Amino acid sequence: MTDPRPGSTSDSATPPDTHEAARRPSYGQRRRDRIDALATAGVDEEPGVSLIRSAWNRLRRNPVFLLGLAITIAFVVLAIVAPWIAPWDPTDRPLLPKVRPQTNPVPGPEPGHPLGGDDRGRDLLSRLIVGSRQTLIVGVFATLFGLLGGLVLGTLAGAIGGWVDSFVMRVVDVMLSFPSLLLAFTIASLARSPSQWTLIVAIAVVQVPIFARLLRGSLLAQRTSDHVLAARSLGVRRRAIVFRHMLPNALGPVIVQATLSLAIAIIDAAALSFLGLGNPDQRQPEWGQMLGLAQRYISEAPHLAFYPAGCIIVVALGFTLMGESLREALDPKSRR
Amino acid sequence: MLRFVLRRLIQMVFVVLVLSMLLFVWLRSLPGGPVSAILGERQTTERRLALEAALGLDQPLPVQYLKFMERAVQGEFGTSTKVLPGEDALVVFWSRLPATVELTLLALFIAITLAIPLGYIAARRVGSLSDTSAVIFSLIGVAVPVFFTAFLLKYFFAVEWQVLPVSGRQTTGLDATRVTGLFVLDGLLTREWDASWDALKHLILPALALATIPFSVIFRITRASVLDVLDEDYVRTAEAKGLTAKVIRGRHVLRNAMLPVVTTIGLQVGGLLAGAILTETVFSYRGVGDALATSFREKDYAVLQVLILATAVIYVLVNLLVDIAYAVLDPRIRTR
Repeated sequence: MTDPRPGSTSDSATPPDTHEAARRPSYGQRRRDRIDALATAGVDEEPGVSLIRSAWNRLRRNPVFLLGLAITIAFVVLAIVAPWIAPWDPTDRPLLPKVRPQTNPVPGPEPGHPLGGDDRGRDLLSRLIVGSRQTLIVGVFATLFGLLGGLVLGTLAGAIGGWVDSFVMRVVDVMLSFPSLLLAFTIASLARSPSQWTLIVAIAVVQVPIFARLLRGSLLAQRTSDHVLAARSLGVRRRAIVFRHMLPNALGPVIVQATLSLAIAIIDAAALSFLGLGNPDQRQPEWGQMLGLAQRYISEAPHLAFYPAGCIIVVALGFTLMGESLREALDPKSRR
Repeated sequence: MLRFVLRRLIQMVFVVLVLSMLLFVWLRSLPGGPVSAILGERQTTERRLALEAALGLDQPLPVQYLKFMERAVQGEFGTSTKVLPGEDALVVFWSRLPATVELTLLALFIAITLAIPLGYIAARRVGSLSDTSAVIFSLIGVAVPVFFTAFLLKYFFAVEWQVLPVSGRQTTGLDATRVTGLFVLDGLLTREWDASWDALKHLILPALALATIPFSVIFRITRASVLDVLDEDYVRTAEAKGLTAKVIRGRHVLRNAMLPVVTTIGLQVGGLLAGAILTETVFSYRGVGDALATSFREKDYAVLQVLILATAVIYVLVNLLVDIAYAVLDPRIRTR
């Protein structure tokens, strides 16, 4: 699946990295190496077949990838059309008359409400369907912001080099050496009041160093490659080289990482919501939030937790399967 | 070696100092910080100002920070308001630490004893049905949020079948002698077998839930590492020499494949600490993780600050120890 040996795939392709040459492999190192291996994957291409085409040819026949893709497409479509297909408004409380705090705190299934209601008499199925939206928003925006931050830092480091590179990478390495969920927890708990956006920012910050390192590695690997040399000898300005010739080539590994990051972002968001660091507004249902609220009814109505958790697991699995098979497809080592 | 350790120590002090400053500034800039938390409903402007003056919160931030550091050096980190009212925040940390140590050690033990044999078997039968299913299982393990695993275990074993306790570290009212603070060990030392057994029963479910985090990682690393070693020339040489399968397996394959695994195991601490916040919350298990979540919820900032700092220090220290251990274990690293 993944390559555990530090630097095993990147030894030949990564240029010497002076300020890290003396360092021992550690967890941070391992994470860094994994990112670096991904960054240099696919730089040396066999002639004739484009990277995307050869990757696609293998992916098309990979059942794991297709399963991940199917789950992901279904999830995204559901999130987009959610408000129109949800049978009830997620804030309506049609089952409120059935709620009896003492005897029947959570109304069960009945015609029109296939999954029953929650403790406030709201339709559970509708909340699950609409909840996919918030989950998608949090996952996508957290990854997007992380990607943007990483893009800026990584491009600065990889394109300018010198002391800018050393400084940026020091900061990135310190961030990478922290357990990601703990870092996200710290950032989220520093917010003035928890909301959807503090959640997104907390998770995005954790993603920034990963993308930064990935992009820098990819840019460094390309610096001495033929197409960049050719562009430079033609007198193309540095800015144009970076934006037109180097960055587009770095996109493959970034897409892989973004896919994996989406899964992690969704799981982390659920974990933070569960701890009460997410959006407290119940008018906007979110799976992690629903799971956190379900804790109170563990003995009476465990299904309140099972449904949102099942959704989170399936979606996270979809992104993970897709990302892992993309990573394999882009890895020159697996191309025997 | 000494230089390497020193450099890492200095780096650690630097990281912790920066982190403490950031935490300090952010926590103090929160609206209605500790003062409103203490006063609650009885808040008036007069009382507020008086309390702020008493706590030194009316002085400029740099002055406050220096005073904080001055007291911190003397071992005083501010008084807890909610988690253990009246006690120093550091006392809270020390009182909670044994519980988390016990939990993470058992979780790590469970993960190691399951993951290494399974990873080895999977690698020996690479591509087979058992290998593929084990790999998919470990991917699912990544996608299932740890707090949901905890929730499931709690629901089935504690609520539904009632074979294990629902929450806490010990049955209330049980009178046991304390020696180390590690409840299971205490019982063994003082020969209070029933106390030891009781503590162990409380530990099993949270530890099982927490073990899923390192399990997936250790399993995948072991599998990939054994696969790599099986490809090595010296294994082929050993086979050509006619050594028995048992000798090759034990002396050549396993021993070499264990190196990356050992590092990974030590470095699971980060994930375990983050996971402990979630599992301890689900099981109301009074450890550091539960204290972190509680101090955030109850706005007990002195405690929150110390716990985040202490967790960071533990994490960096363990990283350092593992790096040293790795250098000792693998001569190739020392000479590089």
